[in-house]
Amino acid sequence: MSKINSNLYYKFTQRRNINNVIFTIIAITFTLISLIPLLLVLTYVLIKGGSQLNFQLFTNLPEPPGYDLNTAGGIGNAILGTVIVTFIGALISIPIGVGGGIYLSEFSKNGYFSKFIRFGTNVLAGVPSIIAGVFVYGIIVSTRIFNGASFSALAGGIALSILMIPTIIKTTDEGLKLVPNDLRKGSLGVGASKFTTITQITLPAAFEPISTGILLSIARAAGETAPLVFTALFSFYWSDNINSILEPIASLSVLIYNFALEPYESQNSLAWAASFILVLSILILSILSKLSSNKKQFK
Amino acid sequence: MSISAKGEYILKRRTRPEKLVDKGFKSIVVFFASMVAIILLGILLVVFAGSLQSMSRYGLGFLVNSDWNPVTNSYGAFTAIYGTLLTSFASLLIAIPLGIGTAIFITENIIPLKIRNIIGMMVELLAAIPSVVLGLWAIFVMEPFIRPILIIMHKFMGWMPFFGTRPVGPGIAPAILILVIMILPIITSITKDSLNQVPIKLREAAYGIGATRWSTIFNVILPASISGIAGGVLLALGRAMGETMAVTMIIGNSNNFTWSILSPGNTISALLANQFGEADGSQVSSLMYAALVLMLLTLVINIFAQWMVRKLSLKY
Repeated sequence: MSKINSNLYYKFTQRRNINNVIFTIIAITFTLISLIPLLLVLTYVLIKGGSQLNFQLFTNLPEPPGYDLNTAGGIGNAILGTVIVTFIGALISIPIGVGGGIYLSEFSKNGYFSKFIRFGTNVLAGVPSIIAGVFVYGIIVSTRIFNGASFSALAGGIALSILMIPTIIKTTDEGLKLVPNDLRKGSLGVGASKFTTITQITLPAAFEPISTGILLSIARAAGETAPLVFTALFSFYWSDNINSILEPIASLSVLIYNFALEPYESQNSLAWAASFILVLSILILSILSKLSSNKKQFK
Repeated sequence: MSISAKGEYILKRRTRPEKLVDKGFKSIVVFFASMVAIILLGILLVVFAGSLQSMSRYGLGFLVNSDWNPVTNSYGAFTAIYGTLLTSFASLLIAIPLGIGTAIFITENIIPLKIRNIIGMMVELLAAIPSVVLGLWAIFVMEPFIRPILIIMHKFMGWMPFFGTRPVGPGIAPAILILVIMILPIITSITKDSLNQVPIKLREAAYGIGATRWSTIFNVILPASISGIAGGVLLALGRAMGETMAVTMIIGNSNNFTWSILSPGNTISALLANQFGEADGSQVSSLMYAALVLMLLTLVINIFAQWMVRKLSLKY
């Protein structure tokens, strides 16, 4: 009998074992490289933006570039503007998104129409945000459809809502699908109508995933710039009455864009301060939405 | 339900208003759902109608002509189209290995789950940072930092047309890097999801016949999840093509065509962001034409991505 020429002990010098270690090291390196940008961006925003924080930042108006070389004013109207425009976007997209999601999950029979809508939702989610801006410019800004207003907060809000709708539809659809069918059958069984079943039973049961989706879409919309650049434009004044929604409005993101490209240092540091506020609020919104989705449900 | 005088049960019928509410509710949600289709068609129609004037004037020559001159009213989008394709594919080339490597690392049990979850969450946080903030960071931090490296690249590889110009600040190369940062989270999270969906039995079988961790990954896990990964990569490509703000801020917005990635360039979305607000007349039409090209590019890629995920996915 010939002697078996190998043993079963682990030998590091074998090619397969060396490869194993090498690939593990490569994966670790790639992971570290992927984390660097986040850490760097956050650090710079925290340091460069955080150092600008003061009370005037929230109460003052930004000053036009070159007006005063020492200070660029505050970002009060931009903070307010971001809230207003995002609010308009949410006001439009929440009913449409939740309604569309209810249709897909509760009414559709997986036919041709609902397949098309699901497909369309995915396609709409992939449409570049600047195209939403071009669309709104084409139908609202250039036609002056609202009372002759061209660039306006309303146009900006509508552009944002186009970006928010797909996210809300998808999360509503998926959230409602998680609701056990027993609940629906129970409700219909005691004689409730479909409308009552949905509004009293299914929607409340799926409240958490739906609110997660809404918060996520708001967080995303608040940081969007491209759809606002030529719909909401920018303003150096407060938007303080109801007519303001038909006038150009300031927003944090457009302020960062405009002021980052200015040659004046005071404008640049205002852009960093605005980034700090924007990033902080978006991170808080994202973490809030994570927390609401992490709660256990339907065990 | 009530009992009649004879002692029989009478079934309560739904009242008319109740039925109306039910029907009305259904029509409302059907209308809301169709809004998706209406918006999509609306976008295509508006952009198409807006570009008709320019389309009839320049035809398909618009796509290969690199002259964009509002003064002489002569428009061609080749510089922007080249920039869009170059930046998106180059950034994909860098982001794919990084993203898939990271996804593998956080799905394998090399380090404890808790740390891996934190890493996964951090990568997703990167996606939450607005693109305009990344652009600001790119202008003031990243670009000055990498400029010496780009200058060295120009010195040693300047004979190639891709590195033929001396870097002067904003340009295509920093735009590519910022795009890498923006699409990395997409690739990582979608790859992670598809790796997690591979049944544990496959992995155990591979380990059982003596495969090492990485031969299991390359020969079993990755092939099994390739459809999801490919779909994620295509989605990332679509996102890279449409990405606007960060690219606009760092690419230099030059409409002079060069092959070099070290010189300022342009992308379709940057062109739109820069000129749409102040454009009029035939320039708007030409911008709409460029927007149509971008829209169709991303549309085709997105539809292909969805088809791929559905057709190629293995069923277990």
